[in-house]
Amino acid sequence: MTTGADSGFAELEQALRRGRRARSGERETAAAQAAARLSARIATEGLADITYAPVDSPFGTLLAAATGRGLVRLAFPEEDADTTLEGLARRISPRIVEAPASLERVRRELDEYFAGARRAFELPQDWTLMSAFAHKVLRATCEIPYGGVSSYAEVAAEAGSPRGSRAAGNALGSNPLPIVVPCHRVLRSGGNLGGYGGGLERKRWLLELEGAL
Amino acid sequence: MSYGVTRPIRSGPRTKGARGGLPPFQRFMDAHRDHVWRFLVSAVGPTDAEDCFQETFIAALHAYPRLRRDSNLRAWVLTIAHNKAMDAHRARTRRAVPVEDVAAVDGRSTSPRTNAPDETLWGAVRELPDRQRSAVTLRYMADLPHRDIAEAMGCSEEAARRSLHEGLTKLRKVVSA
Repeated sequence: MTTGADSGFAELEQALRRGRRARSGERETAAAQAAARLSARIATEGLADITYAPVDSPFGTLLAAATGRGLVRLAFPEEDADTTLEGLARRISPRIVEAPASLERVRRELDEYFAGARRAFELPQDWTLMSAFAHKVLRATCEIPYGGVSSYAEVAAEAGSPRGSRAAGNALGSNPLPIVVPCHRVLRSGGNLGGYGGGLERKRWLLELEGAL
Repeated sequence: MSYGVTRPIRSGPRTKGARGGLPPFQRFMDAHRDHVWRFLVSAVGPTDAEDCFQETFIAALHAYPRLRRDSNLRAWVLTIAHNKAMDAHRARTRRAVPVEDVAAVDGRSTSPRTNAPDETLWGAVRELPDRQRSAVTLRYMADLPHRDIAEAMGCSEEAARRSLHEGLTKLRKVVSA
């Protein structure tokens, strides 16, 4: 776009744009560093409603997100990060920044769990994303001890819906905090593995890690 | 907090909202940080740019959830950056540091003939009167179209064009001198 019919500025405009390009690489690095300092400051001062960070795991890189109350979402590697974050923006708040330091405890407890050195998670959790029914089902799920298993029918009964095993299965399938809320410990009656949001391979792997299989 | 932060911004055809809502703030910051940084370095110099950059995005974060989902986010964040740059200029004037000292502190040259030609030119931009400097910087550093320059400066599109034209006229004299 030019400045108008007066094209006497063409040369000047070129020079202005050239001056900008000349140092653009250096500036973009500076901008990236300033932005990283800013994200850290926003997290430290508690100005964001949600912070998130990638977390390494034997399954690949998980995405962990937390509110001021605790871990609110743990996403498997194949879930698209943008889609996950946009969902959080819509359902909770768009004030979301990346801040690895604020997810340090989540990272540590998951590391210990995957190394077989932790049997229960103690990190604070935020269950905002669960429906009232899912709340009950997942609360019942948290009662299943490390190394143990239960059935869809049993957790449905615990949740107050003895005939709601299909609904319980759905609630478990949409667990926003897999691994931490151990929905992998719920199997079909008769010992069949049933389903798993993160894939059956992982469900089997987790149960073997815990010595349940 | 400066004015203009929560003012509703009309949407534009270039608006990039997330599917069905505002993008997560981090994505918004990733998308616009380079433009904001470039604009601020040119407008206030590298020393004040860091503070202005932080203040710009902190103010944006406060107002962010109240923003309309179809807002023109780039024009909006540059409006805030422009206000912060003006605040910084006013503060610097109040501190009344001699020009030579400012140059020394900023590590930038006020004598326009010591650097490469394009540096001389941007040095001359910083010496322009407020509105002309804003218009030139928003146009060539932040890449804004005229109506968004007007938005950021809080004036009519016509006035923005005029400031830009006056600024360029003055700059042409500097470079041809």
